[in-house]
Amino acid sequence: MKHLLKSIMLMGALAAGMSAVATLPARALVEINVNKGTVEPLPIAITDFLSGDGIGAEISSIVAADLKRSGLFAPIDKGAFIEKISNPDASPRFEDWKVINAQALVTGRVTQEADGRLRAQFRLWDTFAGQQLVGEQFFSSKANSRRVAHIIADAIYERLTGEKGYFDTRIAFVDESGAKTQRKRRLAIMDQDGANVRYLSDGRSIAMTPRFSPSRQEITYMSYESGQPQVYLLQIETGQRELVGNFPGMTFAPRFSPDGQRVIMSLLRDDGNSNIFSMDLRSRTTTRLTNSSAIDTSPSYSPDGSKIVFTSDRGGRPQIYVMGADGSGQTRISFGEGTYSTPVWSPRGDLIAFTKQSGGQFQIGVMKTDGSGERILTSGFQQEGPTWAPNGRVLMFFREAAGSGGPRLYSIDLTGRNEQAIPTANFASDPAWSPLLE
Amino acid sequence: MRRIAKLATNPVAIALVASLALAGCASKKTPNSAADLGLGGAGAATPGSAQDFTVNVGDRIFFDTDSTSIRADAQGILARQAQWLNKYSQYAIVVEGHADERGTREYNLALGARRAAATRDYLVGRGVAANRIRTISYGKERPVAVCDDISCWSQNRRAVTTLGGAGS
Repeated sequence: MKHLLKSIMLMGALAAGMSAVATLPARALVEINVNKGTVEPLPIAITDFLSGDGIGAEISSIVAADLKRSGLFAPIDKGAFIEKISNPDASPRFEDWKVINAQALVTGRVTQEADGRLRAQFRLWDTFAGQQLVGEQFFSSKANSRRVAHIIADAIYERLTGEKGYFDTRIAFVDESGAKTQRKRRLAIMDQDGANVRYLSDGRSIAMTPRFSPSRQEITYMSYESGQPQVYLLQIETGQRELVGNFPGMTFAPRFSPDGQRVIMSLLRDDGNSNIFSMDLRSRTTTRLTNSSAIDTSPSYSPDGSKIVFTSDRGGRPQIYVMGADGSGQTRISFGEGTYSTPVWSPRGDLIAFTKQSGGQFQIGVMKTDGSGERILTSGFQQEGPTWAPNGRVLMFFREAAGSGGPRLYSIDLTGRNEQAIPTANFASDPAWSPLLE
Repeated sequence: MRRIAKLATNPVAIALVASLALAGCASKKTPNSAADLGLGGAGAATPGSAQDFTVNVGDRIFFDTDSTSIRADAQGILARQAQWLNKYSQYAIVVEGHADERGTREYNLALGARRAAATRDYLVGRGVAANRIRTISYGKERPVAVCDDISCWSQNRRAVTTLGGAGS
């Protein structure tokens, strides 16, 4: 990824009498309120970026699709546009956009540099205030045009909601093919919108539960390739793999610490129970964090690294517990009806997402970090494994509808009202959302 | 699935169960053939062979939902397994633990491991040398029965004793 990161440069606000972003009053046109009864998506006009070929229109359509899927924006049908943008550097005729109720307008241009790189410029306009909100340009190789579109969508999302976007991100997941009794499970990675799928394992052995490093292009996952299920690290760009630790039994349910320096996971004990360990990736020292005659698994750090949430059936059935990062003060926090598992701490620190089984249904929900304020976002026959978008506003998970033959990926926002299917060629499970790319 | 477990000593009856499964749920289930269940074909198995173990002893036991306790019907099968394994001590043994799909992936991996350990411990308690037995969990990743109701889930909550490390 590194070569790509360097090739995209943020140039800041454009010249030509445009205000710098920072000097504008921070007026969020879209309010994100997860408790609000209804969310009215903001009508936004996204014009085709000017270019000699189709690349401009392609980039603006990706921007529009990202914003639409967020549920916070309603891109207006291009057929309703009155003004045809011929010079994206000039002020648009705001009246023409107000008349079609476009609260915001996006214009842009894509040109090719002498060295072959693309230069993508865009401007975001507040039509009712009659002013530019953002003006930026990016350079990238032609192969990375989709990333440029996602970065532009993030810039628009951030300016209009006041929160970081999550479109320039990737999803690691498990691609599932073949009969259920002999299912092939391969690690794969794709853009958050389902584009650019790439396989990371060959499928000869079962691989699952990939999770991103918060700081590097690296994932940790579990694989049967040695014959015994064990936790591995994988460098995404080089494909280099290594075993995490040298444990005698099965290791599973890995996740990184927020600083990326440790992996926390479950280790099977000889008596058949499982406890939680962490391993420092530099010193290779391991630390036991739980020691119960029970199944302790699915550990997940709080974003400040001070706490760990995990699943344990020490009370009889699987429930959610929180402890200090050193294993101290293990406390049960889930007390609702049913069982709880796969807790994941929000990157914002405020919520814990979980899978709940109750009344024969599987549910994805969130609760506060003390276990209060439980909200179920979606309920169904079989669904599990939430993963957070880096801004903590959207979850992705996998769902298998009864009789469907296999799982698919879905995202849902914290209101529980905006659910989106993520397109994948085959069945897919275990999504893991990357941090924002750099 | 007590039925299959009991009938497993009789190859003819196994074939009957398999054909019933075919007729009964062609539209919604992937039927289990005798081969899928690791039961081998009908006919006389050579005493002391893997086929003998699978067909005449019974290579698998089933568990109740969320439970890792060895059921009464499973105790008889494991007693026969131990007797056979003690007689044919040349075999290395792998006990596979499995879960049904009504749980989350990571928890069910741990649950499968606990079922495998409980099965191993029972065999060791019946005199099988602990150093012959390795355990592995497949969680809910390797179902033998595929449908959306309890008739399949109860078959998937299992521990399978395999010889020489052969998978099921």
